[in-house]
Amino acid sequence: MASDVTRFNIQTIDGVTIAKFIDNRILDEATIQVIGEQMYRLVDDHGFRKVLLDFEAVEHLSSAALGKLINMKKKMDAAGGQLGMCSLRPELLKIFKVTKLTKVFDISASIEKALKGF
Amino acid sequence: MSELMIYNQTFASDLHISADVQKEIQELWQSRGMSDMDLPDLQLALEEGLANAIKHGNKMDPEKTVTVECFLNGDIVRVVIQDEGPGFDPNDVPDPTLPENLDKPSGRGVMLMKAFMDDVLYNETGNQLTFIKRCTFNR
Repeated sequence: MASDVTRFNIQTIDGVTIAKFIDNRILDEATIQVIGEQMYRLVDDHGFRKVLLDFEAVEHLSSAALGKLINMKKKMDAAGGQLGMCSLRPELLKIFKVTKLTKVFDISASIEKALKGF
Repeated sequence: MSELMIYNQTFASDLHISADVQKEIQELWQSRGMSDMDLPDLQLALEEGLANAIKHGNKMDPEKTVTVECFLNGDIVRVVIQDEGPGFDPNDVPDPTLPENLDKPSGRGVMLMKAFMDDVLYNETGNQLTFIKRCTFNR
């Protein structure tokens, strides 16, 4: 499943697609472009409607990466699906708090806690 | 202690070249013993600053260049990024945290730099960015 999605580890639990980022730094434009395309594919091509993005491996991401996440959220909302995020390190959570994107995204401390929200 | 320039590079407005430049600077900081706590913050500010210079300052024009200079004064890191664009007024950048801007996919770079650096300054024209951070070095 989702063999064309190489920048994520994909697993399904209780009908929720958990997409775990492999890259620990999502900073440079080329990486962000590929990750964005593969993330959108989860909704557009694979038709997943319950997606949880697992950030456990991610140490830092840039504002351009935030843009891709916002577009992903819009895609999911338009498709009538649900997007969650989990396992953000403190430094990553700071990025979402500073930008107030904690108001936009459903962010949970762990996969287990996030799954309860689906 | 006097300030030392440890890096100086002028390059064409190309995001791939920018990635190479960032790698060189990262390796330089690491070789000087910058802590793993500070390195990601500096990398983020460098990426945001260079991306803004290339995309918004020079409008991706490969004829225009970006100059990046890195200085070290004891534990204080200072980076200066200059582009060849007309500049901008940082006070005119819409607040990305306002409700009407929250779902816009861009416009958060300056805010992130300010959050992770001790100081973020622009020259009067707005085409030269300086960011400063006191870091921990394992020497």
